[in-house]
Amino acid sequence: MNVMPGYVREEGMGEQNTLLLSVTDKKRLLREMLYARRFEERCYEAYVERKIGGFLHLYSGQEACAHGVLEAARPGFDYVITGYRDHIHAIKCGADPREVMAELYGKETGSSRGRGGSMHIFDVKHRFMGGYALVGGPFPLAAGIAKGIKMKGGEEISICFLGDAANNQGTFHESLNMAKIWELPVLYVCENNLYGIGTRIDRSTAVLDQYKRAAAYDIPASQADGQDVEAVYAAAVKAVEHVRSGNGPYFLELKTYRYRGHSMSDSNAYRSKEEEREWLKRDPIHILRNRLIDANALTLDEFKAMDQEILDEIENEVVRFAEESPEPAVEDLEKYVLAEDDPYVRGGRV
Amino acid sequence: MAQMRYWEAIRRAHDEELAHDPMVIAMGEDIGVAGGTYKATQGLYEKYGPERIIDTPISENGYTGIGIGASFVGVKPIIEIMSVNFAWLATDQIVNTAAKVRYMSGGQLSAPIVIRSPGGTAHQLGAQHSARMEKVFMGVAGLRVVTPSNPRQAYGLLKSAVRCQDPVFINEHELMYNMKGEVPDEEYFHPLEGSEVARPGRDVTLLGYNISVHWCLQAADVLSREHGIEAEVLDLYALSPLDREGIKASVARTHKAVVVEEAEAPVGVGAEVMAILNEECFFELDAPPRRVSAANVPIPYNRTLEKAAIPNARDVVQAVLSLFPGKGRN
Ligand SMILES: Cc1ncc(C[n+]2csc(CCOP(=O)(O)OP(=O)(O)O)c2C)c(N)n1
Ligand SMILES: [Mg+2]
Repeated sequence: MNVMPGYVREEGMGEQNTLLLSVTDKKRLLREMLYARRFEERCYEAYVERKIGGFLHLYSGQEACAHGVLEAARPGFDYVITGYRDHIHAIKCGADPREVMAELYGKETGSSRGRGGSMHIFDVKHRFMGGYALVGGPFPLAAGIAKGIKMKGGEEISICFLGDAANNQGTFHESLNMAKIWELPVLYVCENNLYGIGTRIDRSTAVLDQYKRAAAYDIPASQADGQDVEAVYAAAVKAVEHVRSGNGPYFLELKTYRYRGHSMSDSNAYRSKEEEREWLKRDPIHILRNRLIDANALTLDEFKAMDQEILDEIENEVVRFAEESPEPAVEDLEKYVLAEDDPYVRGGRV
Repeated sequence: MAQMRYWEAIRRAHDEELAHDPMVIAMGEDIGVAGGTYKATQGLYEKYGPERIIDTPISENGYTGIGIGASFVGVKPIIEIMSVNFAWLATDQIVNTAAKVRYMSGGQLSAPIVIRSPGGTAHQLGAQHSARMEKVFMGVAGLRVVTPSNPRQAYGLLKSAVRCQDPVFINEHELMYNMKGEVPDEEYFHPLEGSEVARPGRDVTLLGYNISVHWCLQAADVLSREHGIEAEVLDLYALSPLDREGIKASVARTHKAVVVEEAEAPVGVGAEVMAILNEECFFELDAPPRRVSAANVPIPYNRTLEKAAIPNARDVVQAVLSLFPGKGRN
């Protein structure tokens, strides 16, 4: 699978290379992506220590996708929804990393009060509308959120991040069709990491370039290098602008790679070490770091210091918070199943 | 009180709720321009327009998911699924999302949607248009399931379901849309929990819901007239949660129970009621409770076979008589 560095491809537009972010923004993004990497790798350790249970899907390698897109959007204002690989999307929307980690630990202080787990991070106050574990489930939910936005006449857009393999679900086709006929303000972002668990895209999917599939519903689409946050950003600026201006849905494909197995129980036996090595050469954090160093905006020492600061922060604040937080009370087992004291259950207005 | 047909009652509830709250919408196949397969949304497209009365493509899981997503941000969708058999396609979004989102988000999000759909066996529609799904949905934590047996309930349950913060599945019936009954002239919200005594009696409790309430009422007439048995008919308009207290109270009066359902017996409403009878009423019962259910078959097309598959009032009478040794002549 060829990836052209730093490219954005749009049907009929040729390729472009647009660098739009300021140095300050780039440095902040570098820090955020490094934070994301360290956060995920710390989850890995906690999982090995059996502090985290269940399925754990890590985002390492794909950081430029969520960061580039949401940098172009308005996190905390726009609605974001995704699948089970959701920690970093939540954090970029504004979720407190301590609460995300506490959720993975199953604690009462977790973002979903320990009832959700890694695959079900929610932070509705920051309009992170959740991580969902059924592949393809969020496609219609995102369109529905967009329907609500449209009814209320807001400026928000709805952004849905899902994987390449999700596009083979019926919900993909049903949702894109309805998003188009109803001109809904929804941006579908496909993080194409070339695999659905252990099945490589060419063995599961007739069309390898996912952005081309949007044409079936007459939805404008583009493809960008998902390892280069600036390329993602450039593509996303256009995509977001399209949707926010009331032009209906947009589909953005980002070519990327996950470093870890699909989840912690996956040994990656289905792909070659050589392929992994090739992708590691295009690490999103290194690409941005080197670019900043080349531009004399950063030194390697500064980068290392930043890294250490992040490691300390995650250890001393995030992990510690999760470890020290209380478990949910067993008496509360049946809380949150249904609304509490809804008057219409008794047929009456209060 | 006005006499109204079941479909008119549902239409009236739609109209009032749409007028009451601009965030209420209706969506489904052929509900707008075409006016609805059973006329439940007739005239509303003209009144409220295409943004609120939405003709959907034939994408049950997709548009149900869109309704759920919209409900996350304050929209109150009333989703019509043309026939409950098609709701199987939407079970993913109903069960995996609507029912679970409040819990798995720790109470941050909920999906206050209403899904209405006719289930049941009508007139020779064949196996894929005659099924019932209430047993599936009532087994799912986080969903409410109600099922109106008359126009008053059809009106009041939909009104409450729209206002309620939980996802509600309303099980209607293809054979009941033309049924007439009294509906209060003033606005009325029917409780989403509980049960109603449709006919008081002292000798046996007949537990029915939706169409089977009518079989129970017919059977009660026959039992009273021909056998001197006074049956109490308990209308279980709420299937989830089931009204344990109401069941207990009725059986404490009658000491005998027969559960009547249109669906096949395994893992159904009857099975669940039997469990409640066992757990709550064991020492009240004078005779083993009985179930009257459909044959355990996909519903046949042939008229005679179809009739044989679905219970009726006669079956209820027989089941009751079996609890009264010495009564009945067969
Ligand atoms: C409906 C459904 N089918 C199967 C699964 C099991 N499953 C979980 S993730 C996954 C692969 C999805 O791959 P993709 O959409 O490319 O996302 P990625 O994990 O690569 O980010 C599968 C098959 C599931 N969770 N839900
Ligand atoms: Mg993938």
